[in-house]
This record gives sequence, C-alpha cells and structure tokens, in this order.
Amino acid sequence: PPKEKVDPQKTAFLLRKAWTLYSVTPLYRFHRSRLKDYARLLSAFIAAEKQKGLAVEVGVELDIKVAMSSLAELRGSEQDQAAVLVQLSLRSRASSRNSEDKLVWLGWFCSVYGDDLSENVPEDFTCLPLFLTHGAESYTSMVGSWFQKTFDCCFRHLAISPLNLSWIVAMWAGCKLDRAASGVELVFSMPRLPQPLDISYAIHPEDAKALWDTVQKTPGEITQEEVDVFMDCLYSHFHRHFKIHLSAAKLVKVSTAVVSAHCDGIVKILQSQYMSGVLMLLTELAISQIQ
Amino acid sequence: HLATSLPLPSERDHLRPRIDLIVFMIDIKSKYSLKNVETSLAHVDASFFLGKVCFLVTGVGRLNSCGVETNTVCKLGETYCSPVLFCELELEGVRVSTAQRLLRILQICAGHIPGVSALSFVSLMRRSDDN
Repeated sequence: PPKEKVDPQKTAFLLRKAWTLYSVTPLYRFHRSRLKDYARLLSAFIAAEKQKGLAVEVGVELDIKVAMSSLAELRGSEQDQAAVLVQLSLRSRASSRNSEDKLVWLGWFCSVYGDDLSENVPEDFTCLPLFLTHGAESYTSMVGSWFQKTFDCCFRHLAISPLNLSWIVAMWAGCKLDRAASGVELVFSMPRLPQPLDISYAIHPEDAKALWDTVQKTPGEITQEEVDVFMDCLYSHFHRHFKIHLSAAKLVKVSTAVVSAHCDGIVKILQSQYMSGVLMLLTELAISQIQ
Repeated sequence: HLATSLPLPSERDHLRPRIDLIVFMIDIKSKYSLKNVETSLAHVDASFFLGKVCFLVTGVGRLNSCGVETNTVCKLGETYCSPVLFCELELEGVRVSTAQRLLRILQICAGHIPGVSALSFVSLMRRSDDN
C-alpha cells in the first residue's frame, strides 16, 4: 500500500460522508490557474438553469455561490494531478457579512496513482478520472453538464462489481488500526425471489483479521487468489451454519472499519489513515471504466 | 438434457443415449456456479476433453454484477483444453446466435459433419483464440 502522504487535517471533511462515484474522461484545456473564473462561470450557469425553470426540485435552492479550489494533498504520485474541489453554497439571506453560507453540495475530482491513464493522453488533457459527489442529484447533474460542455469530458456512474467489493473487504478487513475497529459486514441480495431478500453477514473484527492473516502470504501484497480464498472461507463458514450458498447471491454492500462501499457506487471513507489506498483502488476502477 | 451438477444419477444410465457434447454453464455473476462446474468436471471421463466439452459463460452483459474473474474462466478452458464461449442470455439476438453456435459444435461432435472431427475443430478454435 502507498505511503500515506495525505494530511489528515486538510482531508477531514472527506470522512464519514457518503460519496457517489463517477468516472470522468480527461478534461480538455482545463487550466488550474483559472479556477476562480470557472467558479464564476458555473455560478452563472446554475443561475441560468434556474431562469429556464429547469432542475427545479422542492428544497433545492438555486441562489448558489460556487467555489473551486485545488487540493495538492490529494494525489498519489508526482504524475497525478492535484485534486479539484467544487463547493456549492446557499448564499446567505442575512445582510451581515459574518453570516455563513450553507454548504449544500460538494464534489471533487481526483487521481491517485492514475498513471495508467495519464501516461497515454495528449498534452492538452488533464486526467482526473475519479469524481465524488455529496449532495442532491440535481446539483450533481448541473455541475456535470457544465463540466461536460466546458471541457468536453464524459461522466458515467461508477458501479462496483461484487468482484471489486470482495477486494475492498479483503484489503481492509485485516487492517491494523489505532482505535478499536468495527466489524466487517457483508450484505448479499438473494436472486430470483418473489420478494427481495437481503442477507447481512457480520464478522467480528478480530476474526476477520485472524482469517486474513492466515491467507495473506506477503504483507503489503494482495493477489486475486488470496481474495478468493478469504471469501471462500467466509462463504463455507456461512454454509456450514445456515446451508445457504452466499457465493450464488449478489454481494451488494461491504463495510469495514476503513471504508464501506455499495455496488451502486457509493462509498464512505471512515479513516484517514488508509485514505490514499482507498482512493487508489477507486481511481483504478474509474480508469478501467473509461478505457 | 439439462443437469444442475454431475455425476448424473446412475439409475437412468441404461436409458441414456450416447453423450456427444457437454456444455458447462458458468454464470459470471455467481461464484457458486463456477465452483459447481469445477466439482462436476472431476466426474467427467477424460475422453470427453478431446473436443466434446465446452464452457459457456453467461451474464457477460452485466459486468457490474461480475462475481467471477474472466481470467479464471479462460484459465479453466486452457486447463481442460476446451473452448470458452461468452454470451448474454438476456439478449435475444445473442441467445439465438449462441444456440446456433452450440448446435454447430454438437453436429461436429456427433460426427454429422464429414471431414471435421471434434478434436480437429477444437484445435482450430484454440489456434484462433491465440491470434
């Protein structure tokens, strides 16, 4: 796993929020020096959408102030572009300058060890393949439309397959944490039933760590075989007790002490310690969706 | 004839016609189906692996629900010297063309196509895979 370069103070706002994931194709002629201009343009775009009467939803205000900034800390290698943060706040009604604007939507573009993508793009393109959003879908769609129009890029929802969810469990189930770890939980959706049925499989953190320690051969390295063995152990344990083959069901959600992830492409990062590793995996998923 | 796993029940052995082709179906969304196939393979006589076995991977249209690595299945095909076909049963067009392909393979395995044996056909398929 990569060395943790992320400053916990600066990235604390990322923790414990449910982020919806998207993959983004490279941005054409994106200039970091023009972030203030972009913010102004996006603000105008949103105001225009309000005029058009589009994207009007109960509870969604459109007197929006946009802020864009660069987060140098959020990157993996030197080749990675620094993350770009977009914040939408509700302009405060009160006349006093001290009253705070309410943050209603947050989105950030990042690339953590995204060299696979950035190595192969021409000069004018900026690679920030992972886009994470928190807030109303209507804001996401406005911000997305503006970026697509302005930088000729393409956003797509990033779903997480059961295969990749298994990797997430395996990678962080056995993590050494400073504080007491919460357990590992796997949620499965049973197929082909007249009524939807979900099975939740909770594992004590000590047991999960003990199992992973017997499976992993080289510390710091994880292979597909090890992930398979780990999951097979969990499946056979469950089968022994409940006579149900979880391997025939669809893994839809995983939770570990470090990160929780849902197959619809929603993640929550719970610890700053392993943030870099989580973002690296998500960047990789975004890149494989783009390519 | 459809079976959920092998070996087939021995009670009906004497009534069963000659088996020309075995198609093992693996649902890419279900790890369980892969394990089931792996266990069933052990019950197949070695002579079948001379062109009378093929793997059919279904559900490839929904890679977001992927539970089995494509590599794993391809390696299985290599280990057992048998071709691996990929299809999506939910799409009618693909379903029909896959059925036609299997029928063609079956005709060859049953010896209905003069000049082409099951073994020669399989090595033909393998060579095109490598390309």
